[in-house]
Parts: sequence; structure tokens; C-alpha cells
Amino acid sequence: MSRRQLYTGIAALAACGVIFVLPFIFIFITAAKTKQDAATLRFSWPVEWQLWQNFVEVVQTRNYMLLLAYFNSTIITVAAVTLLVLFGAMVGYVLQRRPSRWNTVIYGCVLAGLMIPPAIVPTIWVLQLLGLFKTLSGMVLIQVAYGLGFTVLLFRSFIATIPRDLDEAAIIDGAKPFQIFFRVILPLLKPVTVTVIVVQSIAIFNDFTNPLYYLPGRENVTVQLTLYNFQGQFQTQFNLLFMNILLVTIPPLIVFIFFNRQIVAGMTAGAVKG
Amino acid sequence: MRTRKSPYPYWFVLPAAVIFTVLFLAPTIASFWFSLTRWDLFTTQFIGLENYRQFFREPFLIQGLVNTIIYAVLTSGTKTVLGLLLAVLLTSGLWGQGLLRTVIFFPVLVSTIGVGITFSVLMHPTRGVINVALAAIGIHGPGWLTDPALALYSIVFVDLWKGIGLATVIYIAGLASISPDYYEAARIDGATRTQMFFRVTVPLVRPATVTVVTLSLIGGLRSFDLIWAMTRGGPGFSSDVLASVIYKQYQAGFYGLSTAGNVILFLLIGLIVLPLTAWFNRKEVDL
Repeated sequence: MSRRQLYTGIAALAACGVIFVLPFIFIFITAAKTKQDAATLRFSWPVEWQLWQNFVEVVQTRNYMLLLAYFNSTIITVAAVTLLVLFGAMVGYVLQRRPSRWNTVIYGCVLAGLMIPPAIVPTIWVLQLLGLFKTLSGMVLIQVAYGLGFTVLLFRSFIATIPRDLDEAAIIDGAKPFQIFFRVILPLLKPVTVTVIVVQSIAIFNDFTNPLYYLPGRENVTVQLTLYNFQGQFQTQFNLLFMNILLVTIPPLIVFIFFNRQIVAGMTAGAVKG
Repeated sequence: MRTRKSPYPYWFVLPAAVIFTVLFLAPTIASFWFSLTRWDLFTTQFIGLENYRQFFREPFLIQGLVNTIIYAVLTSGTKTVLGLLLAVLLTSGLWGQGLLRTVIFFPVLVSTIGVGITFSVLMHPTRGVINVALAAIGIHGPGWLTDPALALYSIVFVDLWKGIGLATVIYIAGLASISPDYYEAARIDGATRTQMFFRVTVPLVRPATVTVVTLSLIGGLRSFDLIWAMTRGGPGFSSDVLASVIYKQYQAGFYGLSTAGNVILFLLIGLIVLPLTAWFNRKEVDL
């Protein structure tokens, strides 16, 4: 490494520190301040540390709304991601293995799902017809419908790397289609499945727009909506607002620490055309 | 025994197809009809193109359309250029480049609403950290989100802050797939660094460019949550985009008009993204 690379590296790190890290430090210290201290909006060390107190207060606010939100968001995320993996892998498998005229249609739907903005009010209308509006199951199905495009693309390009000989060996052994898929193929999809799980769970957990439209109502609150609800209520209580931001940021942070490589691989693999 | 049956049956597609058709395709197709009606979710009254006429007559709705285009072009253009430059910098063997990649990428994963709220506090006109810092070096900072001429661009900045990491990572993956032989050959031919960048890197990193442009353009055209968290489309309607207009009309109970906004967004994405993709693909064949 040349001296030049060292100096440029240090300069770049310093610049990135200011631009990308300072806002997060700001969130943290504001979340630890007292009400009056936080209201100045200053970038200063807390006069008095209240991290735990603020935490308790945010959790207790509005009859433990944040806990309910965590519960709802977790249910939606886990259920939607499970269905996405299962159904997405099945579509990707047939799409890659069975070339036919239907493939053009299926592939067209995948691309449409990636590009077209969902028609919101008509979707609400459909959800109402089905009795799924304002229900967690409705929200789960919406997330599945919107996430399928990306998931199918990822699975399809990964399945292309699995030799067909494996399928044929299983067929000779007398395996039925679903046995081939669930016993032979699905276990081999583990790397891409982890990617799908990580990327989609972050996307669904962080989603604000869809719950805003399809899941109104106090008992249906999700974590991102707690921020939105708190904004009015804590117009002057910045310490609590930022504690809430901090709490909502922690799950993605943990996922990030454990799966950094996988996320990056998944984002880029899904982005490159299959 | 029916051994002739394909081992890849279409019923595998069925569950996904049902969900996708019922909750995505059907509403999309229905939106064309509903956009032509006065609609309260229970009864519809056909009014032809009246919603569209109203849309293009109201100055603030047109401003939403114009803002959408400005927002999408600015964010995707900057992400493409800056993303490539950052990716080149972060693959040049700098000290601490692994850490740098991590730091730049992290905001991609964080709650957009959280980022929006944080920056609207940092951009407070008098007490915000940004203007306090500017004042310390003698600059009188503007009202980033309160000045109608500036609000949209301030949100564009935050969008870049949040999203540049993804563009950079895609470019890093693209750069990794370029064989070092090309640079070797260029060096032997006596190419300068600038020449190598424009003659070798830029053409060969093309697939990544296509991805970054398409992704960020679609994302920019559909952008809602950041704008909503930071200004709610204000002050006035100065930072409204189509997606926030759609939400406001929905909230006000103008479901037909809201759906017409959706159709306009749909057409806008089609008009911008499809020709672009076609053009990218044609150029690819030429190579």
C-alpha cells in the first residue's frame, strides 16, 4: 500500500465519518437526553444521561403501543418472508426448468411486479371484497404479492446453476415432482434463501407506505408507523422521538452485523439481469 | 402409470400466481376503469376523462408531476455518477476501504422514516445542526425545508445520503467482473488514468450502469416515504410528488382522482423506463 493510498484512505474515512456516521451519533445522543436538553436540537453531549428512562417511557407510551407494533411487524415479516421463499422458489424452479410459451407470460409478470407502481385504492377495494382490509393476513399477502418479482428473479438465476442431472437422478429413483423439489432442490437453495430472507425481511420490516394504506387502525400499528404516530404527539419531546427511531433501527442493525456479506450479494445479484 | 407427465408441473406456480393476480394484476387493470369514475368505494359513477382533466388543470397537481420527474432524474443521475466514482475509489486499494464500504452501505438498511425525521431536525432553519455549523464558519444557512424553492432539493440530498450505498455496491460488483487484462493492455499502450476510466472502465461496467439507472429511476419516480416524513409535500405544494398527491387525494376521499394519479404514475414509469431499457439492450447487442 502506497503512502498516497494511506492518506486518501484516511481522508475518505474522515469525510465519511462526518457525512454518514454523525447523524447516527446524533440519534443516539438525542435519545439519551432530557426533554429540555433534547429540545435545543444541539449536537452536544447529554447534560444528564437518561437512556434507560427514555427507553422505558417510549415503551410504555400509549399503553405499550411500541410492543404491539413490534409484535405486528414481526408477525407480518415472518409470515410474508416464509411464503415468499416457498412460493418464489417454486415459481423460479418451474420458470427455469420448463421452457414453454408460459414462461414469457410468467417472466412478464415478474418484470411488471418490479416496475409497476401498485394501484392503491383499487387494491384496498379488492381487500375489502375479500374481507382482508385492516387485517394482518391481508398485509402479509400484499407483501408477498409485491415481493415476488425480486424473489423469483433471484431464485431463477440461482436454480440455473444447479445441474439438471440431480433432477433426473431423482426421477429415476421414482421421486414425484414435489419430492424432487422439496427433498432435492430446496435444500440446495440454502445460500440464495438466506439472501432472500435477509433482504426481504429488512424491506418488509422497514416498510412504511403499505401498512399506512392497507393496515390503518390503532391495533394494527407497525413499527414504522409508530414513528409517524409519535411525531405529532412528541412535537417537543425529541428525546422520546429519537429513542423510538433508535429502537426501530436496532433490528436492521443486528441483521446487518450478522449478514452484511449476504445482503450485499443479494442486492447485487437481484439487481443484475438474469 | 402416467410417466409422461412433466416433473415441473404448473401447479407449482399456482399459489404465487393467485396472490399476484388477485392483489396486484387485478387492481392494476381495474385502476384504468376506476380512474374514469367518481368513486366512494361503494358506488361508481362514470365521468370519462374528468379526473384527468382536473389533474391537468390544477397547478399543484401538475407541480407534483414535474417534481416527480425532477426528483427521479436528479437522484438517479447523481447516484449513477457518484456511485461509480465512489466504487472506483473504494476498489483502488485505499487504507480502510472495507470499513468505508460498510459505513456507506449501512443507511440503505435503515428505516427511511427514521432518516427523514432525523434530517428534518438536522435541517431546522435556526437551531438545526447543519445551519449552526454553517453559522460557525460565517455562512447564513437557508431554510432547507421551509424555503419552497429549496425543499425538494434538500430531500433529494437526503435520498442520496440514504441510497448512494446501494449504487456503490452494485458498481463494486460490476468493477470486480472486469478482467485486469484490459487495464494491463491499456497501460502498455500508454493510456493515462483518465483515459483508462473513460475508455475501459465506463464501457465495461455497463451492465451495472443499466441496473443502477433503472433501479434508481423507478425508485425515484415512486418515492413517497422520505418526502412524507420530511415535508409532507410542503411548504405549500412545493415538494409534492405524484406518490404524495395520490396519498393526499386518497385521504381526502377522492378515490377516482387518486387512482387517476396512480395511472399517470404508471404511464410515466412506462414512458421513461421502457424506452430506456430498450435503448440499453440495443446498445448491448452492438458491443
